[in-house]
Amino acid sequence: MDIVEILFTASFWVAAIRIASPLIFATMGELICERAGVLNLGIEGIMTAGAFAGWFTVYAGGDLWTGVAVAALAGAMFGLLHATLTVPLGLSQHVVGIGVTLLATSLTYFTYRLALPEVTSPPKIEAFQPLPIPVLSEIPVVGEALFAQTPLTYLAFVTVALVFWVLYRTPLGLAVRAAGENPSAVEAQGISVNAIRIGAVMAGSALMAIGGAFLTMSAFNSFFFGMINGRGWICIALVVFGSWRPGKALLGAILFAAFDAYQVRLQQITGGVVPYQIFLMMPYALSILALILVARRATYPKALMIPYQKGER
Amino acid sequence: MHENQILAESSRVSRRQVLMAGGAIAALAAVGMPVSLFAQEKLKVAAIYTVPVEQQWVSRIHKAANAAKDRGDIEYVYSENTSNTDYERVMREYCEAGHKLIIGEVFGVEDAARVVAKDYPDVAFLMGSSFKSDDAVPNFSVFDNYIQDASYLTGIIAGAMSKSNNIGMVGGYPIPEVNRLMNAFMAGVKETAPDAKFQVAFIGSWFDPPKAKETAFAQIDGGADLLYAERFGVSDAAKEKGVLAIGNVIDTQADYPETVVASALWHFEPTLDKAIAEVKAGTFKAADYGVYSFMKEGGCSLAPLGTFEGKVPAETMTMVTEKEKAIKDGSFTVEIDDSEPKSS
Repeated sequence: MDIVEILFTASFWVAAIRIASPLIFATMGELICERAGVLNLGIEGIMTAGAFAGWFTVYAGGDLWTGVAVAALAGAMFGLLHATLTVPLGLSQHVVGIGVTLLATSLTYFTYRLALPEVTSPPKIEAFQPLPIPVLSEIPVVGEALFAQTPLTYLAFVTVALVFWVLYRTPLGLAVRAAGENPSAVEAQGISVNAIRIGAVMAGSALMAIGGAFLTMSAFNSFFFGMINGRGWICIALVVFGSWRPGKALLGAILFAAFDAYQVRLQQITGGVVPYQIFLMMPYALSILALILVARRATYPKALMIPYQKGER
Repeated sequence: MHENQILAESSRVSRRQVLMAGGAIAALAAVGMPVSLFAQEKLKVAAIYTVPVEQQWVSRIHKAANAAKDRGDIEYVYSENTSNTDYERVMREYCEAGHKLIIGEVFGVEDAARVVAKDYPDVAFLMGSSFKSDDAVPNFSVFDNYIQDASYLTGIIAGAMSKSNNIGMVGGYPIPEVNRLMNAFMAGVKETAPDAKFQVAFIGSWFDPPKAKETAFAQIDGGADLLYAERFGVSDAAKEKGVLAIGNVIDTQADYPETVVASALWHFEPTLDKAIAEVKAGTFKAADYGVYSFMKEGGCSLAPLGTFEGKVPAETMTMVTEKEKAIKDGSFTVEIDDSEPKSS
């Protein structure tokens, strides 16, 4: 297969969208938090917790959608912890974020070991299966890539539309955006900045957890410790890449995933000549390049990482 | 004193002596039972793993240690998921706690682990390592899963089972332990499919099944109809796409009955049992225990074909049996090649 030819195969785009799906959820989650003025570095740990919570619910007998709901709930709880520390208490968002990541990963592993003390390999569940949408999925390349995925991937795209609609078309969205730009203006409207921010962090964390659950319930069918493998950190960069806009962040996630799908295919063609590490590095290197080109003139939320103290000027 | 009295006295004494002696025998018998059963005290063994015990490689060590524990040879405790930065501390804690044999994996803490070993000369260390044993640290022995013999045999089967002669291989990192088995597998494939083409990829992680699965999908897109499953996730891709897979280290055929044709199994028991015997005999010294993973030592084997019984061509299985025999009697040696395998 030719290096360029790959880009026109359906399977390549199917893989790109599949790889992008967890990133889309988590990027939207991070975007909501940051638009409200809170940097959420708990993302990596919250994704781990979501991956475990969703998978374990199904393993314990729940159905798949209950699993997704439990994952979201677990995420929201860690979001609440993060928000309590960073919003009313105004602690350093960096420190709290890293702390939440460490706590969530360790607590997940602890719970995992308590629940499954002696297993030879992590048990498997019946994960989400691809659900081709009639007619649409028969369109060559595009149809297969977009309309022959699992229901969770469709949910990822619905989430982007929903986040966009809420942020830009509803009073709630206006309040969220204002909380991240000019919290005093929100207060002047008689809306609690803290309530908006806590709510945004909880909702955002719930989405991150669903992103993690995608890995154990759709991309794969069992839970492994450490399987999030830095995907959360990628999403932080994707929010910047997307200039804090849902549409552009979605494009960023797909672009990154396409790089990743491309590199595994390139490894097979040119392997033996180019060291494999170059290919593994490629999506990250290209993302940094894209970040430089795209995000240079991005305007970040003005109140990002600034705790709001009522009455303070 | 009358004679009678003397007699009576002596008989009384002797009666007491008899009673005492009897008591002593009874006491001896009571104590003697466990003494004969536990002729030697149980060896206190501690293991330190950097990953959860579910990880394929570590699971084999854990299994062997549990077997030794169930036999009553050792007391066994372990720490899993210990990060490399914490490894030295945990080693020291186990040494201080009086464990006499420490097993584990020091691929990320080679130097630090040897320093600990020097500090505790009375404790025996048996560690998975990329380096060889060193007489300067006489209580530090090394092992690794040298199961190239079994990998080679699975390769022979793989070469016969692949129709497209295009074989995909997904690995974590190209470290000696991984390379060695991949190279042996490839050498085996060449026996039955001399013109086979290999797609080799590394995912840069030990624990990312979704990524391993994506990589395997890419190889199937590239024409592979048989995958060498070094990582979790590869067999899943093979199952979904209806191609075959070869297992490594553990037997996963139960999970993938239509997919996994054969597996190269690692048995840690010979390695561990040898070390336990050496420590108990007081003869433990720096040595390379890697050889106890060889097939002739019972350290590795080809998993039963199971669901693929009868589906592998008979002449291939004859070849496998012959090679297995030759490996065991020493007339054939599988080459140990630690260089990074490349796509062809």
